[in-house]
Amino acid sequence: MIALSDYLILGAVLFALSVAGIFLNRKNVIILMMAIELMLLAVNINFIAFSHFLGDLNGQVFVFFILTVAAAEAAIGLAILVVLFRARRTINVAELDTLKG
Amino acid sequence: MAYVFSPSDLVQVAPEIFILSMACVILIVDLFLDDRRRYVTHLLCQVTLLGAAVLTYMLGFGETTMAFSGAYIHDAFGDVLKIAMYVVTAAVFLYSRDYLKDRNLLKGEYFVLGLFGLLGMMIMVSAANLLVIYLGIELLALSLYALVAFDRDNKTAAEAAMKYFVLGAIASGMLLYGMSMIYGTTGTLSSTEIAARLVDLGSDDLVPIFGLVFIMVGIGFKLGVVPFHMWVPDIYQGAPTSVTLYIGSIPKIAGFALVMRLLVDTLPGLVVDWQAMLIILAVLSMAIGNIVAIAQTNIKRMLAYSTISHMGFLLLGVLSGTTEGYSSAMFYTLVYSMMALGSFGILLLMSRSGFDAEMLDDMKGLNRRSPWFAGMMLIMMFSMAGVPPMAGFYAKLSVLAAVVDIGLVWLAIVAVLFSVIGAFYYLRVIKLMYFDEPVDDSPLGGSADVRFVLSLNGLAVLGLGIFPAGLMGLCLQVLS
Amino acid sequence: MESVYLALVLAPLVGAIAAGLFGKLIGRTGSHWVTILGVGASFALSLVVFKHIVLDGAEVYNATVYTWMVSEGIRFEVGFLVDSLTALMICVVTFVSLMVHIYTIGYMHEDPGYQRFFSYIALFTFAMLMLVMSNNFLQLFFGWEAVGLVSYLLIGFWYERDTAIFANMKAFLVNRIGDFGFLLGIGLILANFGSLDYHEVFAQAPTMVTESIEILPGSAWSLMTVICILLFIGAMGKSAQVPLHVWLPDSMEGPTPISALIHAATMVTAGIFMVARMSPLFETSETALSVVLVIGALTSFLMGLVGIVQNDIKRVVAYSTLSQLGYMTVALGASAYAAGIFHLMTHAFFKALLFLAAGSVIIGMHHDQDIRNMGGLKKYMPITYWTSLIGTLALIGFPGFSGFFSKDAIIEATHASSIPGSSFAYVLVLAGVFVTALYSFRMFFLVFHGKERMDDHTREHLHESSGVVVWPLILLAIPSLGIGYLTIGDVLFGDYFDGVIHVAANHDVLGHLAGDWHGATAMITHGIMAPPFWLAMGGLATAAYLYLMRPELPGKIKDRLQIFVTILENKYGFDDFNQKYIAGGCRGIGNLLWKVGDEKLIDGLMVNGSARTVGWVSSIVRQVQTGMMYHYAFAMILGLLGLLTWFVIR
Repeated sequence: MIALSDYLILGAVLFALSVAGIFLNRKNVIILMMAIELMLLAVNINFIAFSHFLGDLNGQVFVFFILTVAAAEAAIGLAILVVLFRARRTINVAELDTLKG
Repeated sequence: MAYVFSPSDLVQVAPEIFILSMACVILIVDLFLDDRRRYVTHLLCQVTLLGAAVLTYMLGFGETTMAFSGAYIHDAFGDVLKIAMYVVTAAVFLYSRDYLKDRNLLKGEYFVLGLFGLLGMMIMVSAANLLVIYLGIELLALSLYALVAFDRDNKTAAEAAMKYFVLGAIASGMLLYGMSMIYGTTGTLSSTEIAARLVDLGSDDLVPIFGLVFIMVGIGFKLGVVPFHMWVPDIYQGAPTSVTLYIGSIPKIAGFALVMRLLVDTLPGLVVDWQAMLIILAVLSMAIGNIVAIAQTNIKRMLAYSTISHMGFLLLGVLSGTTEGYSSAMFYTLVYSMMALGSFGILLLMSRSGFDAEMLDDMKGLNRRSPWFAGMMLIMMFSMAGVPPMAGFYAKLSVLAAVVDIGLVWLAIVAVLFSVIGAFYYLRVIKLMYFDEPVDDSPLGGSADVRFVLSLNGLAVLGLGIFPAGLMGLCLQVLS
Repeated sequence: MESVYLALVLAPLVGAIAAGLFGKLIGRTGSHWVTILGVGASFALSLVVFKHIVLDGAEVYNATVYTWMVSEGIRFEVGFLVDSLTALMICVVTFVSLMVHIYTIGYMHEDPGYQRFFSYIALFTFAMLMLVMSNNFLQLFFGWEAVGLVSYLLIGFWYERDTAIFANMKAFLVNRIGDFGFLLGIGLILANFGSLDYHEVFAQAPTMVTESIEILPGSAWSLMTVICILLFIGAMGKSAQVPLHVWLPDSMEGPTPISALIHAATMVTAGIFMVARMSPLFETSETALSVVLVIGALTSFLMGLVGIVQNDIKRVVAYSTLSQLGYMTVALGASAYAAGIFHLMTHAFFKALLFLAAGSVIIGMHHDQDIRNMGGLKKYMPITYWTSLIGTLALIGFPGFSGFFSKDAIIEATHASSIPGSSFAYVLVLAGVFVTALYSFRMFFLVFHGKERMDDHTREHLHESSGVVVWPLILLAIPSLGIGYLTIGDVLFGDYFDGVIHVAANHDVLGHLAGDWHGATAMITHGIMAPPFWLAMGGLATAAYLYLMRPELPGKIKDRLQIFVTILENKYGFDDFNQKYIAGGCRGIGNLLWKVGDEKLIDGLMVNGSARTVGWVSSIVRQVQTGMMYHYAFAMILGLLGLLTWFVIR
């Protein structure tokens, strides 16, 4: 039997991985987006685990919504990426620093 | 809990449905318009906002009712905020029109995205369920990401959009993580039930506090308070000024509503904890916002830091945890959105095709070019600095009074100290306008309707400072 | 009626805003129309209010219009108190203001600051109405400062002139001294009464009589005396009583219409009005009344004397204003508040008339104001001549003219008063009658009679002023002539001020005089036999002898009495003393503080030092905003971890 805490630990580990991915990655914006997806998945695991152990369906419904929103978010993110590449000819995170101070 | 649908629920959300359908209609109508007829889109938007205002007014201000099985709350507080948002949105669209036209950006996208963002904010204002709150936030956020990037050939705008998107996604991820913790401890998503069950649990349980910290990151990001503020200056500076105007004014109202719905309505059981967190965020925001603004040479960036400090000030009202505190924070929010509207509006008025007024030096000698609008900008700056008799003074005063009332005198002193530091950069703008020679002497353009509404905007900030009692009374009334 | 009161106050404000902000847009004609309409509407409404309150005997209106804020249980409000005193004041203020507005069209018509001027005088009217209609001390203070501000702006209206700048600076500084006292008085009231509302304060006043306050350790003062004297210091500044009178003669640097409106008819009488309004407070302190009485008497006599040696036509009138304000103050000190207000009213008409007539002469003389260069203007300016004659006769208190009734009442009241210092005051006000007649007719004869002393160029262009100038003169001459006769019975001896002005039974000199009152006509016939009349005639005759029959005599007399003339010409040395010791001393201390305290310590170390420090910190902290996205994300995560460690791990 897998306990609730196991799922939560998995969620936390995934979450921490994604966070680490976001600020350790200094090369590619696409990797950033993958990290963000990972973060949402970590949340989804949390919700589903809670939902299952609480016997309440609300959490799983929430997950569907998160998945949908994540898809929309990814679409917009990639669109911005295209615009960025068109304008700057780069998607290197380290070069995005004209706005500062 | 059981989800039941009754057709009367649709009446409660009539303004939202109206905005949604009109946004879709405008999206399609706009396809059939050539660039010369684009004003029709703008006009339709204004009509939409007017219609929504009428609907909200006619259906609103009654008893507090819940719809959609308690996921949606319809109360006078929300009605007031919604109407304020319609008014501010209408002004945003109007101020932006000529600016966008000069840059060949007057497209339907700006208006439709603006309306969708507004819809998201309306949902945030009326949300009584974690899921609904999340959806509202995301609808607003996605619209804003796209808005920032919608000037496709603008390099800084693209960079700003990318930063906004990534940081926003992290923030909503954290918010969701926090929500999952709250859901895990209480087993429900409904605000009222969470509030009730958290009280039963008592304060020993660490999991809800753990969740609260994550939720605080989401809220802090939306409001732009330190240390979740880093996006604010970059996005304010990078985005086209018309988009900055949008981001800088309306979402602040929604952000306040979010704080009220999430912290005050949903998590009253954790009041001691979020009060302490808000104190930290507020002090940091006032400090960083006011201090860093001084070193800025770009006025949009300066106003961004000023926003950060204002949001810190606003939190003072919320953290007091009293009705007076909430209503003073509400007053502050409404006044602040008007001040942001006015000051960015003047920047838009000063911009012409091929020239964006965004450096502090562009303000030089404004008094020679247009004494009237220099006077309006003076009102805005004085109001932001908190000089009587402008509305900003009264807003600051009432917030401080709320803090002093709960015995946090040191916090009030800190707040005053930082706003004194802050006065410096507002006064510098005034000095530039009145005592420096203009760089270019051309008089200010702008169509008559923009000038008229902008003047009304300025006079309203002055008028609300002299006669604050009406709005203050309204805020108190809808919150008690 | 509330909307009427609001409209009455706001109409001039609307005019002022329109002319001030949109002056360029609506042009010169537009500006004077919009302000005249505003003030005219205000005047019409004042008449309505007067009829409503006084003639129809409606209830006194006392209500809050707007609550600005409530702090610690103390309400800061805008409210109106409209009773017979207010009704009288608003009628006088709006009428004189309307006349001055019309007159200004002619007087200022070549001035480049035309719109600005109209905006200021309309704004002044608004502020003055706020002052007199107030029902609380906060609004009173607001009006008080606002009229002061407009006065300051108008004295320096011709800001290219150094003398005008000096004069407005002087007016500003001297008034600050008065305002400081006034503010302290209001502060004491707030501290001890816990309210700013007139009626609440007045109701408590009798219970406060026994209270005392220690100003210096060990010496107890009666609280009411301290409050009243502080309030009166405010009145001394505004109503130019010795020794705070020095700003008023210099204020003549401003355009003549405002000298008539602000520095003769209305603003300077605000102090008189305020003391009359505060009669329930002043009646509780005989010491304060005595101070008021003595200061007023000194002002009335000493300032009149200075008027004799002045040669600038406006300054003569200014000194006469000072002297007349002294008379009003004497009336207040003698507890004859009604007589003070009555004199305020008649004086407003005839002094505005005299000022505007002087302005008319100045226009005719091409802005030469020296009466030694005038003479024989009677045949060139007949209307100005006759209206001036009416004004002058009213001023000296010639029986039948309005000034006669008010001034005689004051003299009689002083005579009947038993307040310490009243016999001293009586002698001075009697002597003042002679002096008044002397300087008034000296000026009158030098201007309108005798040899024509102006140069040929000026003489050729001499003619009567235009219609907008002379019509206000005529309209003001009517009340100067008749208002005293018509109203004295009601205002002084009737029940006009019942319930408004409070007089303690043992001070009630007017009630005492009412026993001998047999109607206005009887007062005239009796007046001809009384000493004031003969003193006035003596002054007139002296002036006629010296300046009409033997014009060479004054010079000789001047040589003989060199010392006295010098003292008078130096205005008793008040100005020199202030300039040398007070202003000089302040500048000395100021310089010291500036060099050492300000420049080195505050500017150098604290202001610039802290500004530099903040600027430096700012330039450091902004480095944190690197522009790198992962740094931003890192900051957010740091924030998250910080909150987590603080609240969860603890």
